Amino acid sequence: MSEQKNPERPGEPNGQEEAVPAQRDDTGEVIGTRRGMFGANNGGDTTGYGGLVRTVRLPGASLRPYGGPRAEGAYGEFDEIADELEGALDEQGLIPENVITKTVVDRDELTFHIEREYLPTVAKTLRDDPALRFELCTGVSGVHFPGDQGRELHAVYHLRSITHNRLIRLEVSAPDADPHIPSLVDVYPTNDWHERETYDFFGIVFDGHPALTRIMMPDDWQGFPQRKDYPLGGIPVEYKGAQIPAPDQRRSYS
Amino acid sequence: MTTAPHSHSSNGHRTSSDFDTQESLARETTEGTVYNVSGGDWDEIAAAAVKSDDERIIVNMGPQHPSTHGVLRLILEIDGETVTEARCGIGYLHTGIEKNLEYRTWTQGTTFVTRMDYLTPFFNETAYCLAVEKLLGITDDIPDRATVIRVMLMELNRMSSHLVAIATGGMELGATTIMIYGFRDRELILDIYELITGLRMNHAYIRPGGLAQDLPPGAVDQVRAFIKKMRKNLPEYDKLATGNPVFKGRMEGIGYLDLAGCMATGATGPIVRAAGLPHDLRKTQPYCGYENYDFEVPTADTCDSYGRFLIRLEEMRQSLRIVEQCLDRLEPGPVMVADKKIAWPAQLALGPDGLGNSLDHIKKIMGTSMEALIHHFKLVTEGFRVPPGQTYAAVESPKGELGVHAVSDGGTRPYRVHFRDPSFTNLQAMAAMCEGGQVADVIVAVASIDPVMGGVDR
Repeated sequence: MSEQKNPERPGEPNGQEEAVPAQRDDTGEVIGTRRGMFGANNGGDTTGYGGLVRTVRLPGASLRPYGGPRAEGAYGEFDEIADELEGALDEQGLIPENVITKTVVDRDELTFHIEREYLPTVAKTLRDDPALRFELCTGVSGVHFPGDQGRELHAVYHLRSITHNRLIRLEVSAPDADPHIPSLVDVYPTNDWHERETYDFFGIVFDGHPALTRIMMPDDWQGFPQRKDYPLGGIPVEYKGAQIPAPDQRRSYS
Repeated sequence: MTTAPHSHSSNGHRTSSDFDTQESLARETTEGTVYNVSGGDWDEIAAAAVKSDDERIIVNMGPQHPSTHGVLRLILEIDGETVTEARCGIGYLHTGIEKNLEYRTWTQGTTFVTRMDYLTPFFNETAYCLAVEKLLGITDDIPDRATVIRVMLMELNRMSSHLVAIATGGMELGATTIMIYGFRDRELILDIYELITGLRMNHAYIRPGGLAQDLPPGAVDQVRAFIKKMRKNLPEYDKLATGNPVFKGRMEGIGYLDLAGCMATGATGPIVRAAGLPHDLRKTQPYCGYENYDFEVPTADTCDSYGRFLIRLEEMRQSLRIVEQCLDRLEPGPVMVADKKIAWPAQLALGPDGLGNSLDHIKKIMGTSMEALIHHFKLVTEGFRVPPGQTYAAVESPKGELGVHAVSDGGTRPYRVHFRDPSFTNLQAMAAMCEGGQVADVIVAVASIDPVMGGVDR
């Protein structure tokens, strides 16, 4: 082992730094904090756990090489997909760094975080480029992160390539104040109902969708039920004189 | 408060003129706008149809119609007997399962997801559990016995789902014999479910980390007896339907959707395999050790309802083969992960009052070990924590790709779980299959998609 000192941490040899296990909590992207132990956020927590603070961090951006299945050494299929996508974007005169804000490899899955205005371009490239060929889109799934300032609403797409037998994920975010994401119905017609569903539940407006209307909830429904700040409501159940509150108002482990 | 613009007759019944005023569609109240969706009288519709020159008329089929597979509403614009435009109205069975999951522990989630597509409960449970296990990073720690039992139950489930598809599809054509046959054989499978899980549906038997409990005594014998019986029964469908000219006449060329159409509409399962593409996640992206089983993926090149029927029949034969291989692979062992921080602490046992915690376990936690009691209490009420992140797990359900997108924020409850149900996606292809055809063929096309509204609406 080299005896050279670590320039950033004088007095600490390189070998020792490697021996320290990676601190999971220090990496990743903060999307919110949880306080207390039992979900009581209104000061009613008398358990003594009220001072607990937990920062919620999702896996952050990964560095090259990404690896992936059928990897030869460190270089794997995920690098191949990323190279092809960046190359194809380059050919269209786009700067890949502006389009793909972040690439995350977590749990053997590859996620591209896409800047929302470029989503249709990226999807079309992924579908049509012979080296990529993601023919099948499995729809869109919305996620609401109220604590992720400026990127509260996420739309997550999973694309499957039957030609190359691969699966990737695209993630796009939009702020609560401007919940617009371009529609992918032109590229993947299957997203028609999926986008209507995500609009129905999260209020994400998919610009360019042919008929963005509610699909599950009644047409005159107010609000977007699967947002985190939408109350469950629930019907108070009278049970031998006691009232059972709705699940989101019960004590719960936060 | 404004009053309703239309008048009521003195005896309280509405007169027919109440319905056709434009104002009656929407009115303002103190509670907000109230929309009235009211139909007309049949004689008015008939009179209007007589008056107009063309025979173009819009018909609502469902949501309460015996041949729409549950509460599916088909909105058909018909010109004579020809369907010129077809649309679906869904959402009548929306139960908010995805939202409810966010307020229960990860383990309690299986109890909800099993109710989504109620004809494929084991697929819902497995897909969900695979996603949770992937988030936990314990995919490789699931005991072999649990995985083999999962595969066995899924393949039995594939048969019971296809049997319903064939049975109800046949019934909608008027072939009640095939309905009787289908439900007769499905009953045999439900008996096996009842023996193993205690329930005919809504099992919640597959849990994150493994299974709720091991197979009961006699289960293997009953499955073997079933395989023997089913080998005799399956050819009856061939004899009854496959070569039947009336049956073929109703099915061939109906509900046409080629490979390009499948890819565009996202249709998977028997629909894409009837278009000639042998796409089956069990082969292409194996999970639960499917790569170790010997089976084939049937395809057809007819792109129509008849091809889908043949594929379902053949898949049942292949499933029977897989079930047989599962029985040969069953070796004694645990059915839950060894990690006590995840594994459900109780061992269920059948008591005089039904299934519950085993008396031995209760004796231990209540009588001898305080730590075991604390552990039990913590795990059952709080649940285990799942590291933050997201994952997508997909299984090949009888209807196509059943995907689960699960997001965790590091808590004891799911942050978000989204089910990509194949019925939901496949139903979008209905318009492409039906437009330009006859009204009677809509029934055949919808039956060949095999949508289950519990899965469509969730």
